[in-house]
Amino acid sequence: MSLSQQQVAQAREQAQRVPRMKGTLRWRNELVGFGFVLPFLIAYALFLLWPVLLGLRMSLYNWNLAGGGTSAFLGLGNYQELFADANFWSALWHTILFTVLSTPFLVILALALALLINRTIPAKWLFRLAFFAPFVLPVTVVVLIWQWLFTPGFGLINSTLTAIGLPTVNWLTDPHVAMISVVVVTIWWTVGVNFLLYLAGLQQIPQDMYEAAAIDGAGAWSQILRITIPLLGRITTLIVILQVIASLQVFSQIYLLTTGGPDFVTRPVIQYIYETGFSSYRVGFASAASYVLFVLILVVTAGQFTLLQRQQRRGA
Amino acid sequence: MDCEDILCRTSLEQRISRRKFLCNTALIAAGGLAAASCAAYPTSGATSTVPITYWNLFGGGDGVRMIQMQNDFVRSHPDIKLNAVTLAWGAPYYTKLAMSASGGRPPDVGISHITRMPAYAELGFLEPFDLDMLAKAGITPDNFLPEVWQRGQYKGKLYALPLDTHPFVTYYNIDICKKAGLLGPDGDLKLIQGPTALIDALKQVKQVTRNWGLANIGPWRLFSGLYGQLGGKILSPDAKELVLDNTKAEQALSFMADLILKSKVAFPSTDYAAAIALFASQKIGFLWNGEWEVTTFQAVPNFHFNMVPFPNIFGGNQTEGDSHSFILPRQTYPDPVRRAATFTFMSFMLKDSFTWAQGGHIPAYVPVATSDAYKKLKPQSNYAGAAKDVVVDPPAWFSGSGSDFETLADAVFGAVVLGQLTPAKGIQQFRARVQRMLDTPSPTSAT
Repeated sequence: MSLSQQQVAQAREQAQRVPRMKGTLRWRNELVGFGFVLPFLIAYALFLLWPVLLGLRMSLYNWNLAGGGTSAFLGLGNYQELFADANFWSALWHTILFTVLSTPFLVILALALALLINRTIPAKWLFRLAFFAPFVLPVTVVVLIWQWLFTPGFGLINSTLTAIGLPTVNWLTDPHVAMISVVVVTIWWTVGVNFLLYLAGLQQIPQDMYEAAAIDGAGAWSQILRITIPLLGRITTLIVILQVIASLQVFSQIYLLTTGGPDFVTRPVIQYIYETGFSSYRVGFASAASYVLFVLILVVTAGQFTLLQRQQRRGA
Repeated sequence: MDCEDILCRTSLEQRISRRKFLCNTALIAAGGLAAASCAAYPTSGATSTVPITYWNLFGGGDGVRMIQMQNDFVRSHPDIKLNAVTLAWGAPYYTKLAMSASGGRPPDVGISHITRMPAYAELGFLEPFDLDMLAKAGITPDNFLPEVWQRGQYKGKLYALPLDTHPFVTYYNIDICKKAGLLGPDGDLKLIQGPTALIDALKQVKQVTRNWGLANIGPWRLFSGLYGQLGGKILSPDAKELVLDNTKAEQALSFMADLILKSKVAFPSTDYAAAIALFASQKIGFLWNGEWEVTTFQAVPNFHFNMVPFPNIFGGNQTEGDSHSFILPRQTYPDPVRRAATFTFMSFMLKDSFTWAQGGHIPAYVPVATSDAYKKLKPQSNYAGAAKDVVVDPPAWFSGSGSDFETLADAVFGAVVLGQLTPAKGIQQFRARVQRMLDTPSPTSAT
């Protein structure tokens, strides 16, 4: 719903009529405001901005975990070694593969669940609880549950497969299947939050839209396609962007489930950074890798944002 | 000006005065908090007990025993307050230990595998032991086997005080092996030597269990033992060259892969927890693992198992193993009172290592290892002789228990035993990866 030209002109006039604050009053006002923000600003500068700059400096030296190596200035040497390292590229590929595999499901499945639950069904609260509850669990609990489910031989999934006559699958130790297992665990764990966001969004769509469409003869499916999904555009943008940012930084569930294995086929780039920095003591090199990841996430997010915003504006 | 402006200004002034009120309240609250916290800060000399922090990486069966020993210590030393922390085995433990030592406020004492000690000592994370102080606490070099004491040395000083040696051993299910006819007249396992005898025995077990004969934990550990039995070495002593013997390595790997792929006597997975569960639920007859799970299996009701040294397959008794040891991380603010309490703690732990031996390990402290109580401890004392046949990881900054070297070896050899790589290809990959680690500029030399 866009405002009429007249309404906009009236609002502008009203805004101009409010008296602006006098000089000293305004300055005092701003100072006090700044004072309230200062504690957070100090913490932010100390623990976020300064380390970001320090880390960049670290990546230019052969800095080691003991704090030594500060005399070995490498310039872009770490970055050169990084780009020549096949392990880095495969770790990056695994992260991207994980993102590409999990994001569509996490968005579409969440929407499907929200659409299913947003009807008049009994015990709606039970379904909301069931779908959101996994998200509340910490990653170690989730991994523990799924490790038992995935256990080769007598785990729940494999014994079900055996019971119906299918061959068992080595969910976590077969290199072709390991990444899929990780994606399944992630979907089970995190679909809840997207589901809730979609549910909230669905409830904001006015019912009379659907009624009007029904009167015009639209079936349920075309109602979903033509009304629901376009009106959920903003939320979908938000969910997709947040999901991609989070997926590119995946680490804990992969590390706990497969330790990046078998044979490093599931190792994400953050695990690569962790191993080179902390297990191999080379924090300078690991810093270089983390800055490359940072730039990548920035580029991907910025690209996504502009693309989706453009789509949004065209659609609205 | 009209009423509207006056109203605006008044409300503005009200807003400021409310803000002023909040400001003042915040300042008073902050000041009060600071004053209170200053008053409550305890000075180190005011407490009557000496606090010491102790980090270890013992979970599972090990963890139970270590907690028992810690409780023994706390009961007998009420003047020392022990803060013990257990962290996950492997990288999660060693990275935290390194970071804390790098930060200057590490625990007073920690556990380290003796193979990880040289890298940490070179990085400057550790302090050498004062042997006089150790003697005053009742521990002297002649209380240890010379080869074990030697492993704790770095550049002529003692950096790691050995607690135990833990070899890779054979567990077997007595009932299943009896049905398979593998037990001798004395009820003990008949000696199995050589690859064919082993595979035959496992086939007989497989017939009894209808599952598999054996599960193996850790492809690297098995490879290390077999390759050691063939007399092969992996790195040159100065850790600069790869001296892997391809023929011997291929022989060891082929045998490992054969157990799963050709003879089909071994559980086709490298999953640690699954293998333990299979053995404990009596679905397999043999388990090759470190001796530390003995407590786990003893807790299973109606489960009769025994332990013997790893078999002689390729002409030697070598088996993979390592030693746990105490290390002193470097403190930025060393406290002599805490240091003395730490030595008391370590000395007590060594003397109490009979409890630790019950957890499966071979005690490094000779008075306990040669005691009657230990000799009577079955099945733990069955493999006490394996301590001298232990093959540890090749010495290098990237090697040792829980290191990247072991992770990559497990990854490659795991792929070989599961049939995803041929032994020849596996060795090629292993060589390539180890060579890359050798070519990486050593962070330890950059200090």
